[in-house]
Amino acid sequence: MAVKFEKVSEGDYLLDVTGYVCPHPQMYTKKVLGKLGSGDVLTLMFDNPSSGESIIAMCESAGDELLERADEGGSFRWRIRKA
Amino acid sequence: MSNEVRAATLEMPELRGATWYGHKGNIYATAIVALVMLCSAWALLQDTRWIYLLVYIWFGLGYGIFLQYGRFCMASAVRDLFAVGVPRMAVGMLIAVMLFSLTAAVVKVLGVNTFHPHPLGWHILIGGAIFGFGIVFTGGCASGSLYKSGEGNIGSMLVVLSISFTQAYYVTMGGWLNKLVPASWTASAAAKDMPAQLSVTDGWFDQFVAGYVWNLQGGQLSDQLGFDGLFSGAFIGNAFLGAILPSLLLMVYLYFVVYRKGYLRRRKIMAPRLRDHLRGVWSMVVSSRNTAIAGLCLGVLAGAHMWATGELREHYGIFNFGELLADMGHTAGLSIQDTVFDPGYWYITTQEAQWGAWLMDKAGVQMADNIFFGLENGIPDPLINAPGWMSIGIILGAAVIALARREFKWKVPNLETAMFALIGGALMGLGARLGMGCNIGAFFATVTNGDLSGWVFLGGMTAGGWLGVKAFNSWMEWRSGDDDLAI
Repeated sequence: MAVKFEKVSEGDYLLDVTGYVCPHPQMYTKKVLGKLGSGDVLTLMFDNPSSGESIIAMCESAGDELLERADEGGSFRWRIRKA
Repeated sequence: MSNEVRAATLEMPELRGATWYGHKGNIYATAIVALVMLCSAWALLQDTRWIYLLVYIWFGLGYGIFLQYGRFCMASAVRDLFAVGVPRMAVGMLIAVMLFSLTAAVVKVLGVNTFHPHPLGWHILIGGAIFGFGIVFTGGCASGSLYKSGEGNIGSMLVVLSISFTQAYYVTMGGWLNKLVPASWTASAAAKDMPAQLSVTDGWFDQFVAGYVWNLQGGQLSDQLGFDGLFSGAFIGNAFLGAILPSLLLMVYLYFVVYRKGYLRRRKIMAPRLRDHLRGVWSMVVSSRNTAIAGLCLGVLAGAHMWATGELREHYGIFNFGELLADMGHTAGLSIQDTVFDPGYWYITTQEAQWGAWLMDKAGVQMADNIFFGLENGIPDPLINAPGWMSIGIILGAAVIALARREFKWKVPNLETAMFALIGGALMGLGARLGMGCNIGAFFATVTNGDLSGWVFLGGMTAGGWLGVKAFNSWMEWRSGDDDLAI
């Protein structure tokens, strides 16, 4: 179990921080979003519920768009488009 | 429209149209509540005086429910400000502070407030800083680690384990550490003429407490400002001046420093006026509805808890649960004053230290020859440790709502998070003992009762959190150097 970040296709990236607790998921998400270009989409996978609240607020603040959320069984798969 | 609303939530196909009974989480959640009810009824059938202990369990259950509902963790109140620029939890915490200060004032007017102010000194600031540094790495504060344990997070359970054993160890440590204690503390501790079995000049923590902390002054703002009336002292002195006004000022500060820029940009406001800023502050407050609701409910619940325990003390004519335990024939584990740890309100770390001490005592380690356990808190059997049951109640309450919300998941930590949990927990334990409590006992319970030492603890916790985030960022950068995080 390690942090996984990969480019899926052009403009489409995956960050998997499953198994990590605060503050890992939100800090890795911020770090990765900082590296993406405008319009790029990040698929984020995590399983620490409280990180989700911080990530939503972070996206709101930066103007990034949360395209979709799949939340089930304590696992989360979100897609975020960078502003 | 917020991201939360705009986002499309996808549900698993097999859950669409599922009945309430068809979801195992609901069944398990109901079973937990039923079990606590059954155990409570059984305890009351044995002796109705167990109601005193049951109050702790049931309020713990309530705390756990709202902590999980609002993702309410004070670690993120300071950490997320520096780490990701998010004030969500800081705002939630301040809402809870304002509400608890009002309910605590009501309880004070009713004459059953159980709060005791903390002596104010450098130890509060230093303890807060060490605690604040530790919580960045554990991923949760003392209460946060309990509620996350209820979500099935084994890493958070390791944090609780680490806090429990390290605290128990710290307060009994002597040997070479005695040589580091200032001679003035040793002399002052010796002059206190404490019972010989406590050996207060052996052990750094005893000398720190008896030789330094006991020489300090503390108090509530109502007394310090000379408010004579019970009502004015409780509501104006303690609640408004001690908690609500500082909380409002901090909220305005958070708005201008953290939230304003993004808010004005999103609303496309180029030349903001006062009403725009006021709307901005409100937007910040309600930006996370669940956290704000949790803050409100926790504030009310904490006051109600204090009232319920205070009323029970009046009813039984006691000052401490130890008296009731002795009356019921449970004298093992009481302190030499026949007391046990019994704050009468939301508190976390001391009962965890008692758990660690109880196990170490069973393993043959001498744990009672000190002020912390031997004179003040005792080492009761965990089965009759009332605040200990509050902590277990928090875990169970969080499990109930996590199961019902389909967020419960057993999470086994990897080596990195396990190490962070154990080392961070040890730092939290040290900070809590130096600062005389955690973010709840040393901050939340104090500022809401007009004891300004809590704001000092928060100042230390914030400085420690800032340093912790710097250290954590360095760790991340170092890790990125040799893994696939680099693009």
